[in-house]
Amino acid sequence: MARRTPMTTHIHHRKATRPGHLVRVGKRVKRFLWNLFSCAELAFLYVPVVVLVVYSFNDNSIMRLPLEGFTLRWYISAFTNEEILAAIRNSLIVAFSATFLSVVIGVAAAMSIDRVHFPGKRVFNRIILLPIALPGIITGITLLSFFRSLDMNMTLLTVILGHTTALISISVTQILASLQRFNRRLEEASADLGARPLDTFFSVTLPNIKSAIIGSALMIFTLSFDEIPITFFLTGRDNTLPMYMYSVMRRGITPELNAVGSVIIAVSFVLLFTSIYFLTRDKKHK
Amino acid sequence: MTLRDIRRMRGLVLLFGPLVFVLAFLVVPYLIMFSYSFYLKTYPTFEPDFQFGNYLLIATDPQYYRIFLRTFKIAAAVTVLALLTAYPMAYFLVFVVQSARWRTILYFALILPLWMSYLMRGYIWKIILGNDGIINSFLLWVGVVDDPLQMFLYNQTSMVVTFVYIFIPFMAMPIYAVLEKIPKNLVEASGDLGYSPFWTFLRVTLPLSVPGIVAGCTMTFCLTFGDFITPILVGGADGSMIANVIQSQFGVALNWPLGAALSIVMLGIVLIVLNLSQRVGKDERIEIG
Repeated sequence: MARRTPMTTHIHHRKATRPGHLVRVGKRVKRFLWNLFSCAELAFLYVPVVVLVVYSFNDNSIMRLPLEGFTLRWYISAFTNEEILAAIRNSLIVAFSATFLSVVIGVAAAMSIDRVHFPGKRVFNRIILLPIALPGIITGITLLSFFRSLDMNMTLLTVILGHTTALISISVTQILASLQRFNRRLEEASADLGARPLDTFFSVTLPNIKSAIIGSALMIFTLSFDEIPITFFLTGRDNTLPMYMYSVMRRGITPELNAVGSVIIAVSFVLLFTSIYFLTRDKKHK
Repeated sequence: MTLRDIRRMRGLVLLFGPLVFVLAFLVVPYLIMFSYSFYLKTYPTFEPDFQFGNYLLIATDPQYYRIFLRTFKIAAAVTVLALLTAYPMAYFLVFVVQSARWRTILYFALILPLWMSYLMRGYIWKIILGNDGIINSFLLWVGVVDDPLQMFLYNQTSMVVTFVYIFIPFMAMPIYAVLEKIPKNLVEASGDLGYSPFWTFLRVTLPLSVPGIVAGCTMTFCLTFGDFITPILVGGADGSMIANVIQSQFGVALNWPLGAALSIVMLGIVLIVLNLSQRVGKDERIEIG
């Protein structure tokens, strides 16, 4: 504070010098400019999405103005396309498996960080959280090098392991936060009453971290379903949906892509709202 | 065995799975990639070696220096532009919007795109800016131009626009979080003491929001720095970034040792940025109450 110039140099004489109506007009102008700015920014974020959705219903394979008629044929052709259906199936397999693994290992990791004393805990914590902050390409090529050195072929399994590695930090942070909020006395009471550790875990601990588990699972599922930079290096002949779309996109734009994209966006929004519901519900309880 | 020993054992059993996972999929792969960076490229593959040729090539061949510099410039431009668009929006939500309900709704609208497919967010700009995209077809329709303009897509500007579009929510989230925590009476007190809104912002609000700015900038910078999808989708011949070079070394160029060395350099830069930001974040954090 001592270094600062005396604040008298910046004293504002507004109240003394400006007539009342000018202040009001000024306020209104300011308000208008703020609203204009925020509308422009939200338009920047959402007009492109609206364009995508609108063109997915437009009855012309070339995306141009003016719009032509309303059609569902891009949706029909996209969702009867064998390649797209296979890609969706693969993506579902990957997302479900990666979510399951991330949650199971995440619970164990979060509980270890919360309760077990071991040397190198801080390093362990740091390493497990690292991939979410690093560009996906790093996780992709380190794991590619690793799997190749084991002479493994790139399959959906390698993709699943890649996604788990990158996304486990989400379940660890959410579950750890939930564990730290929850009253440990309950577990002690359960043990005092003679429950075995596993019983205590399933009937006391698990119900208390349930919301964090469901919330982070939905988040991991959404991110895994959309994941591309890691999948790019770890996938073999089986394409996930984003990889399929990416390969089509490189050649150009097609209305089927708009249809699939609109559905993906709609589904991720639903998943996100569900996950927010679970994650905030837990916080409100405590 | 005492009760304590049993507890300890149980803890170790619990830790075993995650520990094996971290070692197998995080520690060992990084070490392997690190060792690849010393390997020797021999046509058509490569062989184990310990030599610094790959790093030497990166340090001496000006094309790598140029690409790193370009990547750095693009990531910096994206970070600055995303900050300049996201900060005022977060400020508007916290300090200007009066209704709590509208604040929540608008905040969600702001960060919602974060959960939208990354790929689709890049693709959208291809639809809008492309040769047969919306802007060009609009210009043709209105009759302003006779042939589609090439200027919109496949250059560095289209890349920066797409990146900013992708990263505004990333930037806005931490900034909103810190702004929201600033006690309103601090701002009021500053006004009562005679500071104009401008000086209040500069002397009170801005310094208190530094941790959020640092967090948002770090995330945006690091993720842009390592991206290779957006450059492929909307970047042109001069749009290749460092991750594109790495990707081609692991792909068509089949020079894994060079790719590994480039990745190590990129990883180093990203880790330095993360580390610096953690320090700055710590120094600037002002405890309130």
